[in-house]
Amino acid sequence: MGRISRDDVRYVAKLAELDIEDEEIEKITSQLDKILDYVAEVSRVDTEGITPLPHILDIKNVLREDVPGESITPEAALKNAPDESDSGFKVPKID
Amino acid sequence: MGKESKYESVIGLETHIELNTETKMFCGCRLSFGDEKNTHTCQVCLGHPGSLPVTNRKAVEYAAKIALALNCRINKYTIFHRKNYFYPDMPKNYQISQYDIPLGVEGHLDINMGGYVRRVGITRVHMEEDTGKLLHTGSTGRISESEASAVDFNRAGTPLIEVVTEPDMRSPEEAREYMINLRNLILFLGVSDCSMEEGSMRCDANVSVKEKAAKKIGTKTEIKNLNSFRFLQRGLEYEVKRQVDVLESGGRVRQQTRHYDNRSGTTKTLRSKEEAHDYRYFPEPDLVPIYVEDKMIEEVKKTIPELPSEKAKRFESEYGLTGEDCVFLANNMDMADYFEESCRHYDNPKNIANWIMGDFSALMNKNKVESIRKSKVSPKNLCKMLEIVDEGKISSKMAKSVFEEMFETGRDPGDIIESRGLKQISDEGLLGSVIDEVISENPEPVEQFRGGKEKALSFLVGKVMAKTKGKANPQLAVKIIKEKIG
Amino acid sequence: METYYLTAHELRDKLDKKEISSTELTKSSFGRIEEVEDRINSFIRLEKERALSKAKEVDSLIASGEKVEELTGIPVAVKDNICTKNITTTCASKILKNYVPVYNATVVEKLESRNYILLGKSNMDEFAMGSSSENSHFGPVKNPWDIERVPGGSSGGPAASVASGEAICALGSDTGGSIRQPASLCGIVGLKPTYGLVSRYGLVAFASSLDQIGPLTRDVEDSALVLNAICGHDKNDSTSVNKEIPDYRSFLKDDIKGLKIGIPSELMVEGIDSGVRQRVDKVIKMAEDMGAEVEEISIPSLKHALSVYYIIAPSEASSNLSRYDGVRYGYRNKEAPTLRKMYKKTRAEGFGDEVKRRIMIGTYCLSAGYYDEFYEKARRVRTIIINDFRKAFEKFDVLLSPTSPTTAFKIGERMEDPLTMYLSDICTIPVNLAGLPAASIPAGLSKDGLPIGVQVIGDALREDNVLRAAYSLEKAIGFKDLPEL
Repeated sequence: MGRISRDDVRYVAKLAELDIEDEEIEKITSQLDKILDYVAEVSRVDTEGITPLPHILDIKNVLREDVPGESITPEAALKNAPDESDSGFKVPKID
Repeated sequence: MGKESKYESVIGLETHIELNTETKMFCGCRLSFGDEKNTHTCQVCLGHPGSLPVTNRKAVEYAAKIALALNCRINKYTIFHRKNYFYPDMPKNYQISQYDIPLGVEGHLDINMGGYVRRVGITRVHMEEDTGKLLHTGSTGRISESEASAVDFNRAGTPLIEVVTEPDMRSPEEAREYMINLRNLILFLGVSDCSMEEGSMRCDANVSVKEKAAKKIGTKTEIKNLNSFRFLQRGLEYEVKRQVDVLESGGRVRQQTRHYDNRSGTTKTLRSKEEAHDYRYFPEPDLVPIYVEDKMIEEVKKTIPELPSEKAKRFESEYGLTGEDCVFLANNMDMADYFEESCRHYDNPKNIANWIMGDFSALMNKNKVESIRKSKVSPKNLCKMLEIVDEGKISSKMAKSVFEEMFETGRDPGDIIESRGLKQISDEGLLGSVIDEVISENPEPVEQFRGGKEKALSFLVGKVMAKTKGKANPQLAVKIIKEKIG
Repeated sequence: METYYLTAHELRDKLDKKEISSTELTKSSFGRIEEVEDRINSFIRLEKERALSKAKEVDSLIASGEKVEELTGIPVAVKDNICTKNITTTCASKILKNYVPVYNATVVEKLESRNYILLGKSNMDEFAMGSSSENSHFGPVKNPWDIERVPGGSSGGPAASVASGEAICALGSDTGGSIRQPASLCGIVGLKPTYGLVSRYGLVAFASSLDQIGPLTRDVEDSALVLNAICGHDKNDSTSVNKEIPDYRSFLKDDIKGLKIGIPSELMVEGIDSGVRQRVDKVIKMAEDMGAEVEEISIPSLKHALSVYYIIAPSEASSNLSRYDGVRYGYRNKEAPTLRKMYKKTRAEGFGDEVKRRIMIGTYCLSAGYYDEFYEKARRVRTIIINDFRKAFEKFDVLLSPTSPTTAFKIGERMEDPLTMYLSDICTIPVNLAGLPAASIPAGLSKDGLPIGVQVIGDALREDNVLRAAYSLEKAIGFKDLPEL
């Protein structure tokens, strides 16, 4: 235990753009700590000389010809937009 | 000046180049320039749930072309990674890019700096996807002053190549020359429009300074937004001076990312090292590896045209031009082609080169003609004009004026000469009677010439030219005058 | 037997013989839905009007003698993480509550082209993260065998709807057991195909290298029939297998004589219920009696599968779920004055606790300083697991194990303890890590009347062996019970 600190949790939440209330930090830290402590057992496995497989099946060189396909209309693109402005996806002030 | 000469700058560049494929990197949407907002999107490039990327073969080929032209080693096995960070112009909030196994590595580009050649190491050439565009509301269109922004995803997913150099450049001029050379090279390859103005070629720099004798490189800063040759040089000059000032006043350069502001010509802190991104790169599970087969490399190599450096060398040996002329011509693909085509019609390469680099280029600059291919003068007509001069039918002075008209109208030089009655008088009889008149009207200079004053001859020829409205063949005039009064 | 409890292949026969119309069948399913849905909560959205008008079309198609296919006119439930064009697809999340896809998932396209009847979109754990279908913005799904208990997850909705007679069959997705475990807990058949056999295009990604769509059905024959309809190469999915596809029904042979069956001791785990263990032992005995060669095998690396999974799946998920940011679609907190605040509030309010937990774990495992220790290490151990499975399949045709170590547990029982919840998938997770095909079939009921499932695992692209073994064992087990509702 003690694998992850509250500051780590705050840092990770910042990277993941998740708002975490101060009262939640304690609980989340302890839950994550338990999980990470469990999964950290992988470090005991000897992986000397193991090259991670890029893929389960030997699939490679999947390439598409440079031929135009269908695009959607701006209306369809913006259909789900929470906010729009002049055919663009509107976002609040960038900070 | 004094304190700066103690130091030298250490510069590495990261250049992003948008490819000119038909479709985007991972979906079939067409690339777009200046179209209505969000008219070239689909579920893939909008990052909709469940959509998946499929790599554009041509983009990979183009990337390989760039890597090979930059003398890179192609990784036989290459994969994509995800670069994770949140920004509204990124549909998925991760960018599909390459990380530790990029397509091309360990290349170089040689830059001719006039007095010396600088070899700039190419660390990597990798593939990725471009972001959308942010449009900031408010009158200034600046992010810091807008209350809100709108995103246009037309550009999102455009194939993008990143070319990263080693910190091999030692001055802002070298950096500028590198960019010019890189741009020329890519234009030669025909895989991008390389318009810095439109953003299809963009540049960031890593720069540090060190005392000339020192081996250790100083702390570097990253400068963003150096998006023209001029801004690149000015931004770097400013930053080098800033770093030198910091060091000279006993301070330490801080590792940070800075933004070049072209209005003030200065760089400003964007974020410090502590705030640096933690991109959480990991292999893109939605794509499979690319094994670059030798066959593909061979195929791509076949599509690479002769590159400027090779071309320059060939021009020197094949046409006997000087080194500088060769570099000038070879660095511009259209000009080089034009030159070579002209050489097939006319057997004096030096003369052609002089015209192209002289009057022709001057007129193009003056009239803002971007490419020699877009001018109205065909290689054939240029050569025809040069032949006419050689035959003595017009003087080289007349040729300049004829060429101006050719440039404006694209007309045949023969026709121009004909219609303007410019043909030189090369008829001895006709010229002889004009010269007789001049001799009788100017007895004093005639005597002076007889007395050995060579200058008087020029005066007499000038009179002949004036009487014939410039049409007299000057060499012939000299010959006849000498015969008559010699 | 009520019409709504028949299998797709039985109904195909009746439809073709015109003993029943698709309209009657569809009405029968909706009738059943009306009866039980308020107790089961297996659907997020019903498409009754659309389904009935489609059924009418299909009936005239059949009447006109047009060629019909196996699933033509059959009512199907589709898990709500599979995109349906112009039909809201929520992933059981507040963040996608109003999201309307602009395109169909490839599997939906395939089913549409076969004129299936879409009943509605099935409830599930939010973004397929969970083993109980309690993590839904639309409320928990209940197990038809005991509505105080969970149906398993994350495809709890599809499983419960098939088990309760609401749907004839369903499409689910399986990242760590999300088809097989709920199938087991609900007493039906669930099949997870080989990774890449069914296109993931349009399946809302949880963990890209593990996700796979598959059928939940009443019997093995139906699972082969649905697999036939949805599998095949897709140019829109780079990870899609490009191989010739057999007719999966051709492997439905009631004969496992000589079939080599391995019993991985690591999957007969410690925490396994004695009732489950006894049932599985009984099935093993049946297999032997039928002439299969059964032998125990140890695959030590499987002990690490859960850890590997809970590093890799959240890592990929943390990246996959970054796109839910309130910019292009989905929920947005509209009060936030600046972009970063909007991101943070939107995601904090839009995602449920389990999803946030996994995003946090994944973000941590990928972050600077921890990548090598966690993500990279897990990839390597995963590779060892893949290699060990390969070795096992040099010797065996299929592997057999319990699907879930326990029967359905009580709603709320494991919600406060994520790790215990994660252990629910301990038998199914290794299969996803190696991308293998596996089916869960009902093996009977426990003493307290809850279904138990056995899992049949095959080598990559050896669905033939899985189907053959599952079909034969299904016949031998003869499970016919239905939940009382």
